[in-house]
Amino acid sequence: MFDDFFIRALIAGLGIALVTGPLGCFVVWRRLSYFGDTLAHSALLGVTLAYSFELNIALSVFIISSLIALILIQLQKKTNLPGDALLGLLAHSSLAVGLVVIGFLTFIRFDIMGLLFGDILAVTTDDLLIIWTGGAVILLVLKLIWKPLFASTVNYELAEAEGLNPDRAKAIFTILMAAVIAISIKMVGLLLITGMLIIPAAMARNISDSPQKMMLFSIIGGLLSVLLGLFSSLEFNTSSGPSIIMAALVLFILSLLNIKQSIKLKN
Amino acid sequence: MSSENSTLVKLNNAGFKQNDKWLVEGVSLTVKKGKIVTLIGPNGSGKSTTAKIALGIYKNIEGSVEKYTNKVGYVPQKISIDWTLPLRVYDFMLLTENIKDETIDEALTLTGVIHLKNKNLGNLSGGEFQRVLIARAISKKPELLVLDEPVQGVDYTGEIALYELIKRISDTLNCGILLISHDLHTVMTATDHVVCLNGHVCCSGTPMDVAKNNEYKTLFGEQASQILSVYEHKHDHVHSDKGEIKKN
Repeated sequence: MFDDFFIRALIAGLGIALVTGPLGCFVVWRRLSYFGDTLAHSALLGVTLAYSFELNIALSVFIISSLIALILIQLQKKTNLPGDALLGLLAHSSLAVGLVVIGFLTFIRFDIMGLLFGDILAVTTDDLLIIWTGGAVILLVLKLIWKPLFASTVNYELAEAEGLNPDRAKAIFTILMAAVIAISIKMVGLLLITGMLIIPAAMARNISDSPQKMMLFSIIGGLLSVLLGLFSSLEFNTSSGPSIIMAALVLFILSLLNIKQSIKLKN
Repeated sequence: MSSENSTLVKLNNAGFKQNDKWLVEGVSLTVKKGKIVTLIGPNGSGKSTTAKIALGIYKNIEGSVEKYTNKVGYVPQKISIDWTLPLRVYDFMLLTENIKDETIDEALTLTGVIHLKNKNLGNLSGGEFQRVLIARAISKKPELLVLDEPVQGVDYTGEIALYELIKRISDTLNCGILLISHDLHTVMTATDHVVCLNGHVCCSGTPMDVAKNNEYKTLFGEQASQILSVYEHKHDHVHSDKGEIKKN
């Protein structure tokens, strides 16, 4: 029999995969992987604040990540620096601030490794509630903004000209990114969250010919990665985050083989 | 219907400045239901900018735009699509609005690309893609159609057929069309109102008026104004799809 914590981890992980699948597709399409990284790095600051003021971790991470996203948008408007420089600036400075604050919080014992790479032991029943209700809200909102978000991903001016309000969709999507990071930080760890968003979506891209299929395969890939990853994490006593991401990587490599085969078949 | 009610979009002395440089300024024009307004002018004269002002893509403009419709179809001049997206022609047709399958098929058939329906958008040739863009814009049955060089890259016979299609759409849907075109032949035959731009409005009016205008002649040369006179003689007949001549 599985221990209770493992069942919790499974339910948590599968819930996360259901959300990161579709969101990850947009991250790949809109080239937002470094943006995701930046938000994830800033999550450490959110965690330290949660400990300092006894807030819920997911809530605190969500607030800080949203704040960083807002700062980024302001900086983009006010400076001439390129986007990637701004992202790097925010990612590393918020990570640094987070680590320094941890240094001051000597009265709390931190499991830094758990924060960075995820810890299946850390998932509580409360976390399950947050992940599944939070995840349901994220998916619902994504469905509501699907048309303008997707249209502006394909072409901004078409979406704007034909009255879809792409700017609002983009702003809402940014908040969804912060939310998905908030609900998955405990499980996957802040260094690897973007991997959970990108790798299943990238795998799905290799085997899909339509956006809907890519989204479906991305979800399936994420679910399989969580299952494979968590079982091997239990088996080999490895961190949950890296195990899940490695499983996703294996699936990605398999999807490359699939491409080669289909090319051979065509010739 | 009063003339005010049939107005779809109206630019009042509109202009747009980017990095302290005017892309276009002082443009006033009105697109009404069932009418074709064409913008002509040399490269960099602000044709596309004017279209984007009319569409509301540019926000911080001088002057004002009054838009009376939300049913808009747009064929942009340049469109860059990110091929990280697996997108079939069919998916693209549904981009901004959910459209019935029959309507999609009908539009793709009209522009002659129905056989490409399930092809990946990235594998189309320039001309094929242009036909898909037009099909997408008309399948929405828009009230206002903005076409920025809609037939670029399309073969010569296709070009004529597509312009005839556009004219027919303006009649059957009774939609207003804002057209940007380099092809003065088309401009001068199928247009109700011509606006000649060169950073500002050079001259405007019916094709006849514009062709006689001296500024137009300096911009496009004597020959360009001859085009119209050639067509004036032909005004007693129209060409059908098969190229047969029908008397008016």
